[in-house]
Amino acid sequence: MSEHTVSRKFYVAIFFILLLLTGVTVGAAFINLGPLNPIVALSIATIKALLVTLFFMHVKYTSEKMTKVVIVAGVFWLLLLLSLAMADYATRLWS
Amino acid sequence: MSSDSPAAVVPHHPALRHHFADMEQQKNAASLGMWLFLVTEIMFFGGMFCAYLVYRFYHFNDFAAASQSLDIRLGAINTAVLIGSSLTVVLAVSAAQAGSRKQLVGYLLATILLGCTFLGVKAVEYSEKFENHHVPGPSFHFERQRMTGHPEQPPVDPQHAELFFSLYFAMTGMHALHMIIGVGLFSGLTFLAWKGHYTPEYYTPIENAGLYWHFVDIVWIFLFPLLYLISRHG
Repeated sequence: MSEHTVSRKFYVAIFFILLLLTGVTVGAAFINLGPLNPIVALSIATIKALLVTLFFMHVKYTSEKMTKVVIVAGVFWLLLLLSLAMADYATRLWS
Repeated sequence: MSSDSPAAVVPHHPALRHHFADMEQQKNAASLGMWLFLVTEIMFFGGMFCAYLVYRFYHFNDFAAASQSLDIRLGAINTAVLIGSSLTVVLAVSAAQAGSRKQLVGYLLATILLGCTFLGVKAVEYSEKFENHHVPGPSFHFERQRMTGHPEQPPVDPQHAELFFSLYFAMTGMHALHMIIGVGLFSGLTFLAWKGHYTPEYYTPIENAGLYWHFVDIVWIFLFPLLYLISRHG
């Protein structure tokens, strides 16, 4: 089988990066960055989610292209939902 | 079936279903199926995230005030616990690949333990909400205070704060339900792993349960900043 084995040290390193990012996002929440606060928090969350998906869920190593298509389609659908819904509700108050 | 038929001559793994060509194809198909299920889960949680974002946009100050009553410390501890459980899951998969039964069982048990820790901390948070009457319903109560440092803004509308807590309980409750299902799943897998069901050739259930667990972890990775963090400085 074309199994890609990753050393356990690498997983532990990813774990510590995730912990570090959690610390950073908690710290950033207590600094007043104005409108940047949610952007920083959600950017860090996205980086963490990417690390988990790529390395813990083995998406980086999978040979199955369909899996990647399914994931991209799922995330794209979610972005459509959020962006179009927010575009609607955010512009209703203009009138 | 006669003894000289091809199926009897070519030895194959007992876990290989007859409609798959080989173990790798079966594994890839199972993984793809799991990912399709996770996409439906993205849709499920996505709807609630969308509702939260819309109402947060409409009632920004009320949501900020309600969000500030949450305990960041407990939320951060739970984030660390969940990330730790993701690590033990990935180590369990790696132990299954290496064919080490004892390590596999150990890492699965560690995952269950961390999952229960998360649920325990969540229970502490929920009981605090009940004590403070922050649970939506007839006994809901939220102080009509002004936000500290914002005397120019109108006082908090308790009804909108109640909306925040409704979404808080819907989202964290659904997440906790997924955690409970995950702990149940891993309990069954631990039993089967202990009985020696999984080999380096066949450990698909471990891997797919792992995918589910990581997904639930990712949901929390987004819930934590959205509910606990982003309204500290509104």
